[in-house]
Amino acid sequence: MFDIKDILETNRMITENNLDVRTITMGISLRDCAHPDINVTAQKIYDKITHKAERLVKVGEDLETEFGVPIINKRISVTPISMIGESCDTNSYVPLAKALDAAAKAIGVNFIGGFSALVDKGYTKGDRILIASIPEALSVTDIVCSSVAIGSTKCGINMDAVAEMGRIIKAAAEMTADRDAIACAKLVVFCNAVPDNPFMAGAFHGVTEPETVINVGVSGPGVVKRALEDVRGRDIGAVAETIKKTAFKITRVGQLVAQEAARRLNTEFGIIDLSLAPTPAVGDSVAHILEEMGLESCGGPGTTAALALLNDAVKKGGLMASSYVGGLSGAFIPVSEDAGMIAAVERGSLSLEKLEAMTCVCSVGLDMIAIPGTVTARTISAIIADEAAIGMINNKTTAVRLIPVPGKKVGDTVEFGGLLGHCPVMAVNAFKPDVFIDRGGRIPAPVRSLTN
Amino acid sequence: MRIVLTIVGKDRVGIIAKVSCLLAAHGVNILNINQNILEGFFNMVLIADMSGSDISLKNLKDLATELGREIGVDIRVQHEEIFTAMHQI
Repeated sequence: MFDIKDILETNRMITENNLDVRTITMGISLRDCAHPDINVTAQKIYDKITHKAERLVKVGEDLETEFGVPIINKRISVTPISMIGESCDTNSYVPLAKALDAAAKAIGVNFIGGFSALVDKGYTKGDRILIASIPEALSVTDIVCSSVAIGSTKCGINMDAVAEMGRIIKAAAEMTADRDAIACAKLVVFCNAVPDNPFMAGAFHGVTEPETVINVGVSGPGVVKRALEDVRGRDIGAVAETIKKTAFKITRVGQLVAQEAARRLNTEFGIIDLSLAPTPAVGDSVAHILEEMGLESCGGPGTTAALALLNDAVKKGGLMASSYVGGLSGAFIPVSEDAGMIAAVERGSLSLEKLEAMTCVCSVGLDMIAIPGTVTARTISAIIADEAAIGMINNKTTAVRLIPVPGKKVGDTVEFGGLLGHCPVMAVNAFKPDVFIDRGGRIPAPVRSLTN
Repeated sequence: MRIVLTIVGKDRVGIIAKVSCLLAAHGVNILNINQNILEGFFNMVLIADMSGSDISLKNLKDLATELGREIGVDIRVQHEEIFTAMHQI
């Protein structure tokens, strides 16, 4: 039988500390949708998604009602579209993006990911067409997310793709200039991309995945912050231990929801992603956890150490609570989606360079950061290259989701709305990397890739 | 299927009576009640079996929410498994 304290604790986590399951993401293979006629491919994609995920939203809502824990997002990830479109005789995959958008809206999910290409080492024909299609695809659709993998520890970094992604991000920003460059909020550039990530905008259904799968992302920065309030004045060991125990409890809820969702949808349970994912809501911030540990403001000296401790303790607690852990599994530090990060930028304690340092010790990277519209494509490429290098050398996933907002300058604010939040435009180092980026080619795989 | 009802709110006459009436009317069998009053606030955790019930958990939840509004307390109805998952290994 339960202790009344345990039951009240669980309910307090849900009602007061924003404990929720951030996303149930259904991965769907589209490998059987390829066809030489792009209209046929688009129809097959639409039909398969609406058939396989028909009950996803309903099952999510039922679980939310029965367990009393909010399940914020229901999402779809699909096989990278570059592979599905490759057989089509066409020079644009925008019709396939439209099919994804229509299918996702028909079943009522809030994002669909997988308008993606994996070019760690080089391009195929389909990769080139997909990447060229990204700006238009993201400006004519609403809930399609795109990602491009440009490097990995095993392959090195494709610097041609790095250079191109700088231009693509700028083009996507220009095409949605009237909406504060919203297309860029749906586009991620990865190093060491993972095939089972349930979180957007970087989710895609990897080629090693089964026909369909359920991956779940848990959350709960507010719960961790609240738990740490009870150990004020104690040493760092007590902080780590408290985070571990809290992460265990949070992850158990995710595991329960994931298994039950997979069972009811008659599909496989893939993984639990142990990431702490913040939202702009009060009391749901990763930055506030770091400040609860004793920092005056996130971004100041000590931030990287505090984040490393947090990230590691979440993994240690979560690992024991779930039978299968995967995805990105680490604390997220998106600027616009975290009230504490936004405040830290506004008070001048958090810079782009400190964020880069922080990405060395957590998932995932420079995320949801608005920069001035005047920043050049080459500078964006160089930031991507820096971030990818951290991922490549440290054998971890890193990502870049920058939003160069046309017409905005440092200090202005950009409003994305909803879960994407709002963000002050951040300063970027103005020294030019142009000659370096224009070299092109490929950064060789590092020594640590030679593990056999 | 076992469920957990959590009732929190300002104490008054008849909270337990009204809640147990609702459960009895729909064939939900009470297994355990743990209740106390803390600084004038009523806290109760009730575990029940609804395998013989004529309504779904969702319907019971809606009825309980309505009753809670009527008598001025917050009533949550949840599947027992969320607590088992979090607090028992």
